[in-house]
Amino acid sequence: MEYFDNNWLIFMFRWLHVLSGVMWIGLLWYFNFVQTPSMAKIAAEHKPAVTKHIAPEALFWFRWSALSTVITGLIVAQMNGYVESALAMGLTDGVLKHAAIGFGMWLGLIMAANVWFIIWPNQKKVLGMVEATADEKAKAARTAALASRTNTMLSIPMLYAMVSAQNIY
Amino acid sequence: MKNPLDSLTGTIIAGLVITALHIFYMINMSGG
Repeated sequence: MEYFDNNWLIFMFRWLHVLSGVMWIGLLWYFNFVQTPSMAKIAAEHKPAVTKHIAPEALFWFRWSALSTVITGLIVAQMNGYVESALAMGLTDGVLKHAAIGFGMWLGLIMAANVWFIIWPNQKKVLGMVEATADEKAKAARTAALASRTNTMLSIPMLYAMVSAQNIY
Repeated sequence: MKNPLDSLTGTIIAGLVITALHIFYMINMSGG
């Protein structure tokens, strides 16, 4: 059947990329726009509802959707034949679309590395999933919070670059 | 000095500044 050709397969990976990306950035924005600002207003006896139940569950979907977004995105770029050119930010072939998507890809890769190598290891200390002293916990909370804010900042140009590559170049 | 990332407004403004830099890069790459 012609409907299910190679373009359809690329599109399926793009669809999975968007689904994963919505979950990832949606949860990132949930942490930054909803959960973190609300914690200061929650009574101490109710905080464990967030730290013991909601946050660990949200972090599970957060980190795995981040990984899934990167993998499906790289598959789409590879199948479309522009992965190298995009990672070179279009400087090797001068194609604007590759420069735009490449800018978004680098931001996405930095953000995913932030999730897996900074936010998650530090959140494990904060949430008591690994042993840590009170001092270590406080430091880990600050590091994780700043990395999460950094990702919120980067999500704005990342989405501009990715969506513009699809629509205006 | 207060970190701009400590406020949501500062975070969004910083994100918009990087977006503007990206647009500037794209304008230059397209030859204006």
